[in-house]
Amino acid sequence: MSVIENISFDHSELLRFITAGSVDDGKSTLIGRLLHDSKSIFEDQLSAIAHTSRKRGMEAVDLSLLTDGLQAEREQGITIDVAYRYFATPKRKFIIADTPGHEQYTRNMVTGASTANLAIILIDARKGVLTQSRRHAYLASLVGIPHLVVAVNKMDLVGYSQDVFERICQEFHRFVAGLNLKNIAYIPMSALNGDMVVERGSNLGWYKGMTLMDLLEKVPVDHDINLEDFRFPVQLVCRPQTEEWHDFRGYMGRIESGSISVGDEVQVLPSGLTSRIREIVTYEGNVEDAVAPQSVTLTIEDHLDISRGDMLVKTSQLPQVTKEFDAMLCWLSEQSLDSRRKYLIKHTTRVVKAVISRIDYRLDINTLNHDAADTLKMNDIARVSLKVHQPLVWDAYPRNHATGSFIVIDEVTNNTVAAGMICPSKGQG
Amino acid sequence: MDVILNQMDEFAPVAGPVAGLVMKNEPVVIKRRVVRQLGHLEALESEAIHIMREVAAECANPALLFSGGKDSIVLLRLAEKAFRPGRFPFPLMHVDTGHNFPEVIEFRDRRVKQLGERLIVASMEDSIKQGRVVLRSENQSRNPFQSVTLLDAIAEHGFDACIGGARRDEEKARAKERIFSFRDEFGQWDPKNQRPELWDLYNARVHPGENIRVFPISNWTELDVWEYISREGLEVPHIYFAHRRDVIRRGSGLLPISHLVQPKEGEKVENLMVRFRTVGDMSCTCPVESAAVGIGEIIAETAITRITERGATRMDDQTSEASMELRKREGYF
Repeated sequence: MSVIENISFDHSELLRFITAGSVDDGKSTLIGRLLHDSKSIFEDQLSAIAHTSRKRGMEAVDLSLLTDGLQAEREQGITIDVAYRYFATPKRKFIIADTPGHEQYTRNMVTGASTANLAIILIDARKGVLTQSRRHAYLASLVGIPHLVVAVNKMDLVGYSQDVFERICQEFHRFVAGLNLKNIAYIPMSALNGDMVVERGSNLGWYKGMTLMDLLEKVPVDHDINLEDFRFPVQLVCRPQTEEWHDFRGYMGRIESGSISVGDEVQVLPSGLTSRIREIVTYEGNVEDAVAPQSVTLTIEDHLDISRGDMLVKTSQLPQVTKEFDAMLCWLSEQSLDSRRKYLIKHTTRVVKAVISRIDYRLDINTLNHDAADTLKMNDIARVSLKVHQPLVWDAYPRNHATGSFIVIDEVTNNTVAAGMICPSKGQG
Repeated sequence: MDVILNQMDEFAPVAGPVAGLVMKNEPVVIKRRVVRQLGHLEALESEAIHIMREVAAECANPALLFSGGKDSIVLLRLAEKAFRPGRFPFPLMHVDTGHNFPEVIEFRDRRVKQLGERLIVASMEDSIKQGRVVLRSENQSRNPFQSVTLLDAIAEHGFDACIGGARRDEEKARAKERIFSFRDEFGQWDPKNQRPELWDLYNARVHPGENIRVFPISNWTELDVWEYISREGLEVPHIYFAHRRDVIRRGSGLLPISHLVQPKEGEKVENLMVRFRTVGDMSCTCPVESAAVGIGEIIAETAITRITERGATRMDDQTSEASMELRKREGYF
């Protein structure tokens, strides 16, 4: 067992990332390479896909079989939806949301991206920046993924040319200039040969930056959570009413952003009543302070009427409380938007009735043009105005993902039909 | 509460409200008011607690599936963290195949008693007596028929949600399953018709007769589970630790000798040091050879293991490439 002596599991962090691109870009090979070179492929998985490869008459083991799974998919040769993969290095644990490149790309990518800290956009070095790459970059910026890696793959097929790489970088950089993407890293690689994925290889000596794995291990993950504004949506009210806990009244939930300490003044929204934090209760005992994304139980000094759906905030950092707001909406359902109907919105821990009162524009995701529209179909993205029955307590999505996102539910079918991201209100910037 | 991050932020220099705290002459030191970064186990734990509380809030009549296995042992600790000092807002339920390891049943009952929570046992023997499950032979694996007993129990008690300990790293059908996984009135999972799941906004709404399976530790791996058991000091049934046991080699695995499994002609009984990586139906759950007598050693073995948990230990998952998917479609966990 001496092999593991150097592995320390303490304090390793979690990085969630998404891979955008199609099989043609070598996406499956890249994932296979990451899993393989980080020793995360198991022997029985490898022998199962080797068996399948042989059955299908292939000569070599098809690594892409690792990332497609279900019988329905194999029958139809397609990939359904998002699949999650896990691997770990001594430094970090990783969750890959693997989304298919072509079919229903918007729906799938938005779903996978919603929890990602980082997106890898694959570009085939021979083809350069395509419409698809732009689409992926736009969606990454829409969903506000903090870090983007442009993986210029198949460098082996362009003679590992630095010129080709730099031309692609410049082109991509020009395209994303108007988008809200701050941290972009460009890495030339050959997933097939393993250059610059986990190992540096010997073919890209002119590139002095980090390998993909290096970057995945070092990119900071704490930027994603808003550390400024304390937001605590109440999930449950805990009233044990036992002898020992007779008067206990705790508010259970997860700190979605910011931090809180005993004694801090808090405001309950939407009611606006104020109090102070008395205790921060955890299973391990009471603590003096807590930080996002911890799940805790809070008690306050005063006896206020607080229930699920209410939000505790610090009085110095107030969110918006309104019944009307604008949002970017991504329509996910095969059933189109019917603007005459009422839908349900789930936002933090609050569910309210809503109408989509206006479609400002529908976005052409390939040209980024704004089109007029009176309905939305699956994979459409639009800016809309909404009216809700009860006020929501929100921040604009770019400032706070947790309090700026919502899903739309069809009350009749109970399906999740759309995902929304609240826009900054006018004049707020 | 200021902390100094002693590592240069190469990728993205901190900007905005904290930038003013950067000391001019020491560009590699960034000072900011961050309490701390959660480790990956803490992050996974918080996610799972949040999920359990959402179930409690949004579902009218949930249950937590507890088998006495390591994953559901973790679920119970997470439920304690989610709901104490209150009681669990749901009963525990075990689908008892009648083929369980006696050590596991003993452990199950003891743990439930410690917690002071309610346990419902849905018995496959009952399903067999009622003619709902028909077996070819007394000793065959009962795993595939658990779905019948589970669905019957869900109907009988009117559960609209069942919390289970399945993980996405176990199997490729699981890798594509949602955390809140919708089942129709026949308990079936339709992989092509899953609800989109975004951020941490879970949709638990169902019509009468339908239910949701909820998997709070979807994003955990086998290694995470063991690390968590170690960190929390949780007790697990002894059969998870290496012990001497009579086994035979059958197919690619070892099978434990019991009243259900006897050597066939030509099979030799060996007495080996083994441990179980999963605890299921005695007739098809294979132990692995191991010298790991403590949790630290199990973690060490898991960290370098080369075979997936189910690949090594479940004969029923090896019958076809899609066996888990097919069982899930029929209502399996």
